[in-house]
Amino acid sequence: MMKRTLVLLLIIYTSSLLFADLSLTAIDKPNDDGSGIILNWQYSGEEIIELQLFRRHDGGHYNQVTTFTELSGKYTDTNEIEVGTEYDYKINAIANVESPKNPGTFNKLIIESAHAKATSKAQWFNTDKISVLIFGLILFVSIMWFIISARSGKDLYIRKIAGLESMNESVGRATEMGQPILFIPGTLDLDDMQTIAGLTILGKLAERAAEYDTELIVPVCRSMVLSTAKEIVKESYLKAGRPDAFNPDSVFYLTDDQFGFVAGVDGIIVREKPAANFFLGAFYAESLILAETGFASGAIQTAGTAMPSQLPFFVTACDYTLIGEELFAASAYLSKDPQQLGSLKGQDIGKAIFLFVLITGIIFEILGISWLKDFLTIH
Amino acid sequence: MKRTLPLILAMITGFIVLISDFIPHWPFGMITSEIEKWFLIISGFALILGQINLIKVNVNKIRFKAEGWQYFIITIASFAIMVLFGALWGTQSNVGLLGNGTKIVEVIGSKPFDYLFDNVYQHLQATMFSLLAFFIASAAYRAFIARTPESNLLLIAAILVMLGNTSLGSFLTGWLPENLDFLHLPNVSQFIMKYPTTAGQRAIMIGAGLGLIGSSLRIILGIERSYLGGN
Repeated sequence: MMKRTLVLLLIIYTSSLLFADLSLTAIDKPNDDGSGIILNWQYSGEEIIELQLFRRHDGGHYNQVTTFTELSGKYTDTNEIEVGTEYDYKINAIANVESPKNPGTFNKLIIESAHAKATSKAQWFNTDKISVLIFGLILFVSIMWFIISARSGKDLYIRKIAGLESMNESVGRATEMGQPILFIPGTLDLDDMQTIAGLTILGKLAERAAEYDTELIVPVCRSMVLSTAKEIVKESYLKAGRPDAFNPDSVFYLTDDQFGFVAGVDGIIVREKPAANFFLGAFYAESLILAETGFASGAIQTAGTAMPSQLPFFVTACDYTLIGEELFAASAYLSKDPQQLGSLKGQDIGKAIFLFVLITGIIFEILGISWLKDFLTIH
Repeated sequence: MKRTLPLILAMITGFIVLISDFIPHWPFGMITSEIEKWFLIISGFALILGQINLIKVNVNKIRFKAEGWQYFIITIASFAIMVLFGALWGTQSNVGLLGNGTKIVEVIGSKPFDYLFDNVYQHLQATMFSLLAFFIASAAYRAFIARTPESNLLLIAAILVMLGNTSLGSFLTGWLPENLDFLHLPNVSQFIMKYPTTAGQRAIMIGAGLGLIGSSLRIILGIERSYLGGN
């Protein structure tokens, strides 16, 4: 009886193997540091419970990696993959097979199995980013070209940026009124380029404030920004020949909390009534609360951010707004240094090239040609 | 030396981070992740600096009886209370120096730090955020005043978007036949948000992206030195 049962089970198992088809492929994940292997599996055959994926290397024991319930798919194994190691993968299709001895009793059995091997490798270049590299190089070359041109004495035209031209007006107004100037370098940390752009403008503003002997208030919401802003303001006062006028308490930390910071700054605006407010950096929902409080206090306000969703608020509530790239161009623009102005001109060339590529891309897509889109897409 | 060394450091770090975006091979990825860890470590130390600065500035204002000095007492007291409560009885997931404050929890329902956080701090935060509603109204009033052809366009677009997002918009144009569906206010509103608004935002983002690249290059190449306090 026992023998018959075993034979029957074997027949069922072998027949299921004959009709089932399980395939597994393993390849090294391209454009990575060798920490991933891509596996593709496909199963067609009788109903199964799951597929179990195992892995081993150097002839060791198989360890289970994961299980799948989908009959086909793609999985990237990134679990402790070592560079240069060959991994042997095995996938088992598990099905519930009814016992002929006890009808209604099911046993879990491996009805199909497949193997694949792959060695993980680290790549020296991420080919997915070739378009980024090409455009980056074009931009780099155009910027360098104009920097060199500016160095050789070529006169470069840079359009006027009203928000920056108004800086003297703002400082002058604050001086005449005997009221302080308020500067906010955004609410993000130093790892955000907008904060750095804001701080570079702070240097120029602090220099003017020192020259005019006008008080400057710089509340910050990040400790890292505090140290940098303090150093920048101190250096500017030194450069203006007024180191004695520098008040270390003029640059101070309020809080890291977004709305706590807003409450603090609003309090300063209401109490100190600054004659000129500068909001230059990265802002979120606090932008309108700050700008509207400043507007209500009657201050002349200049704002600048690269956050598209906050720009309408600043445009509405402030007298001058630096839109996106103008914030990053501010330091170069204010310095009047030919080298820095040259870099701005280079950026404009880059913009023209991007515009051309965009229009070409649109035309190509309309014509059903998609290679440009594919080339520019980062996977 | 005070300027040259930071400039060289910024240049080297900038180049490594830049090229590691294109080279996944060791050691570039590792160096970048290490640099990011350093930033976090430095931020941790800077946080102490920030707190010291907060205490120093506020204590000075209280000492010299600056205008509204009473407010600064509240700041210092709030800071001290939160630090003290956090240190003594811990927070939701941490044990304090005096344990978990089980008896206090029985009375007030949670640890003192969490109690203040949930019942004071969060409400204050919500209060500040809610101010936005009033500020949006006042700013919108000014923005939508019809003065120039541009502001007229803005006003019309704003009315269409606002109506399209309310049930009134659906009610007003709901009777339109199917072939004039594109004039249905919710569809008009959706169109304005999806195409002209998105196009404008993307244009700003492209410009900002280019500006960001240019600005980064200036810093990496040492042309831009304002962040060091120089020219």
